[in-house]
Amino acid sequence: MKHLHALGLGAVTALGMTALSMLPAAAAWEPTKPVEFIVPAGTGGGADQMARTLQGIIAKHDLMSTQLVVINKSGGAGGEGFLDVKSNKGNPHKIVISLSNLFTTPLATGIPFNWKDLTPVAMLALDEFVLWVNAQEPYKTAQEYEAAIKAAPDNTFKMGGTGSKQEDQIITVAIQKALGKKLTYIPYKGGGEVAVQLVGGHINSSVNNPIEAVSQWRGDKVRPLCVFDSKPLPYTDKIQGDMSWSSVPTCKSAGLDVEYLMLRGVFMPPGVSQEQVDYFVELFKKVRETPEWKQLMKDGAFNQTFMAGDEFKAWLDQAETTHKGLMQEAGFIAGN
Amino acid sequence: MNMIAENFTYLYHGFGIASDPFNILLMAIGILLGVIIGVLPGLGGANGVAILLPLTFSMSPTSAIILLTCIYWGALFGGAITSVLFNIPGEPWSVATTFDGHPMARSGRAGEALTAAFTSSFIGAFFAIVMITLIAPLVAQFALQFGPAEKFAVYFLAFASFVGMSKEAPAKTIVSMMIGFALAAVGLDMVTGQLRLTFGITELLNGFDFLIAVIGLFGIGEILLTMEEGLEFRGKAAKIDPKVVWKTWKTLPKFWATSLRSCVIGCWMGITPAGATPASFMAYGIAKRVSKNGKNFGNGEIEGVVAPETAAHAAGTAAMLPMLALGVPGSPTAAVLLGGLLIWGLQPGPMLFVEQAEFVWGLIASMYLGNIVGLILVLTTVPLFASILRIPFSIIAPVILVICAIGAYTVNNNVFDVLMMMVFGVLGYLLKKTNYPLAPLVLAIVLGDSAEEAFRQSLLGSGGSIAVFWSNPLVSSIMGLGLVAGLWPLIAMGFSKLRGSSAQPA
Amino acid sequence: MEQSHHGAGSGPKQRVVEVGTALLTMLFGLIVIYGSVLVGYGWSSDGPQAGFFPFYVGLIICLCSLINVVLGLREDPEAIFAEYSQLRQVLKVLIPACIYVALVPEFGIYVPSVALILVFMIWLGKYRWPLSLAVAFGVPAFFYITLERWFLIPLPKGPIEAMLGL
Repeated sequence: MKHLHALGLGAVTALGMTALSMLPAAAAWEPTKPVEFIVPAGTGGGADQMARTLQGIIAKHDLMSTQLVVINKSGGAGGEGFLDVKSNKGNPHKIVISLSNLFTTPLATGIPFNWKDLTPVAMLALDEFVLWVNAQEPYKTAQEYEAAIKAAPDNTFKMGGTGSKQEDQIITVAIQKALGKKLTYIPYKGGGEVAVQLVGGHINSSVNNPIEAVSQWRGDKVRPLCVFDSKPLPYTDKIQGDMSWSSVPTCKSAGLDVEYLMLRGVFMPPGVSQEQVDYFVELFKKVRETPEWKQLMKDGAFNQTFMAGDEFKAWLDQAETTHKGLMQEAGFIAGN
Repeated sequence: MNMIAENFTYLYHGFGIASDPFNILLMAIGILLGVIIGVLPGLGGANGVAILLPLTFSMSPTSAIILLTCIYWGALFGGAITSVLFNIPGEPWSVATTFDGHPMARSGRAGEALTAAFTSSFIGAFFAIVMITLIAPLVAQFALQFGPAEKFAVYFLAFASFVGMSKEAPAKTIVSMMIGFALAAVGLDMVTGQLRLTFGITELLNGFDFLIAVIGLFGIGEILLTMEEGLEFRGKAAKIDPKVVWKTWKTLPKFWATSLRSCVIGCWMGITPAGATPASFMAYGIAKRVSKNGKNFGNGEIEGVVAPETAAHAAGTAAMLPMLALGVPGSPTAAVLLGGLLIWGLQPGPMLFVEQAEFVWGLIASMYLGNIVGLILVLTTVPLFASILRIPFSIIAPVILVICAIGAYTVNNNVFDVLMMMVFGVLGYLLKKTNYPLAPLVLAIVLGDSAEEAFRQSLLGSGGSIAVFWSNPLVSSIMGLGLVAGLWPLIAMGFSKLRGSSAQPA
Repeated sequence: MEQSHHGAGSGPKQRVVEVGTALLTMLFGLIVIYGSVLVGYGWSSDGPQAGFFPFYVGLIICLCSLINVVLGLREDPEAIFAEYSQLRQVLKVLIPACIYVALVPEFGIYVPSVALILVFMIWLGKYRWPLSLAVAFGVPAFFYITLERWFLIPLPKGPIEAMLGL
């Protein structure tokens, strides 16, 4: 019943749209069956949350004539999901959300895929990384923490992060290089777990995404020292005491010249038509206008850069080179 | 003291919110959906909640979380149904329920087994909710003490209290458990980020999911075993008695000690990040050792259903506490619920109890009501489900096969898993016929990965020193308990020898 | 557990199957050892390498399998694993089930399910066509409606579903 209703509504909107836009190019493609939204990560993680929020927003605002179905394929650090999309050549009813494992997984594990095997659709946002310490530690600023690391022998300080040879460890290696001291990197399954380990004092610091640690910050259990971006965050709502995201300095300004942002983008299988790509670009543009999406961006202090088409491809090219360089230096490239 | 009084005021308000007719309706819908999800193997609580999450976005956060947590309770209740009827556990923590639940069903006591399972679930969950109500903020702090070393100690304790219980040859028990460990190791090694034991086969990237193994070993294996007896075997087995619920209830009070012990184990394991699965195995293992009827466990002993079910549900419910108070999910389903909370702009964590007191206590009140509604709903279905066993085997067998295949597929949306399920099925038949115990294999698949991970994280932190497992009172005492539990058969033997020798002269 | 109930039928010897199973687990153990050696099984500066645990797990499997081979050889040489008539019963389920599973990747889950239930009910259960057809189509239809329509979980589909446009 409900489905029929939704279908009817979709048909009406589609009719309305064609009637409104009599432009010749607008013989627009529309999905004809439910679209699979592959998440190359486990349930409950950052990518999964974003995918499910998108699903909710699209359903609530009736932005698509068919349903969006979220499917997790997290095997092999997400390799399973990307391989699935890669092998579905020309299937327009499949999209995949990506995180940095788009670049790191093939390099670290040798699983055969590359972003060029997929069709880039759009960058939805970039996720920030922040250097956190336990609020009980004496370090109030990044400089103080850096000085403490430099003063101690190698491997005194423990850095926790999500997964191995992925973004968190890449940042850790970059910090090591900048400070000339080794940190002990301990991998955990998810970002939420890392934040709690930090609160429990089992690790000294973490590079959690804002959304993973914000509630612990609000409870004054952890302290942000600096953000790994080129400029401070724009969000000025008070979170802890007088502090807001905008009062966290950049790491570069604090003498730690490391920058890293994580892609939250959408891709399609290879061999789909430009029309089909355009449909999804337009869809996500509409999603960006909804209040729910704006709230998510604010809660997670995301960098709201949106890109599509050639601009996006150029960014991906650049990002791939950066990752290759970073992983090569760190010795993370798979041997075989 | 003052704080507790304040909590009760909030709770009272919470009941006001939760007992709104619309919310009660949502509870009933949620429980029913949850039971359906629990009955379909592979679909599982986490998937079920994740799938239905977007549907709740148009509701108020309190109504939405009531619906979702009730789906969770429903799935917890429902997981026991397939375990008892078909020997197919839908969730890791239902595995221990099959050990005695399914033999009961085979001997025509499915109704009793289901009633015992549902009632125990309810008691376990209720105990945990009361604990949450009384000492929530205090207890939450305890979870923070658990680093990798403490976590490993808990896994060690779970293994230790479970092994040594089987009658089979030790070499077979060890092989069985080690096969489980090996299967758990396949796929990506979380600590080094390397692929291992995949031999370049893309289908193995994901490793062996416990559910695939269990559906095959237990579900398909059971069908093959039943076939030996011929097609006529089933059918006549179950007698339907509408009064079965009352009759079973009369026998339950004498298991109060097992129940209470399982409640405590469950709550404790639920708050630590170990969760419901080790809790259910531990409770079963300990009950088997302590109970008078311990020797008969595995042949359809009702106490063998009570122990794991109570513990699993106490743990499943207690796991909500670290999720709300710390933002760390105690189970995959809790992880999805956590994602839901974030989407509604509720940030679980230390401030949730302060900033969103109304929401938190509304949720806790709904836990009380939801579980009561759930118990009533599922108990009325007992005769219905028990009567499934009266369907002739040549109809039910292919249907079970289809359900197993669907279940295996939905775990990872992968057809390869359906093939693996069949391989496990044949293996299960072979191992069972040659007297290899399957329980250690399953326990190892479920916990092996996490235990190894915790072990190696601990060593990373300590710079490779094993002493980390004796580095503070908490971890030392859990490790100590584990050693005692593991060596218990030897200790018990020593005791009886001592007593025997001292009795002789007298 | 049920092996010797049925007394004096003939069938494969329990001893043979025991030894065979033990050899099978040993083979598995060797594969695990090989896989562990590939990724490194030593103890590096920061704890065990990826293959450390699997290596010893594999080793233990091999050792215990060896014990099981010896124990198996010492079993009662007369005990049988199962009677041939029983094994025939088992194969009656196993073979259709294997064919079913093999068809799923190619034809999706629905069409093979209909066929499996039909084969079972008509061939093994000796039911009449109307009831068999009702169950054979009813069960997959039920799953189609609950899973694909309500819960939005796509199940594997084959060319026939594509033709119907599902």
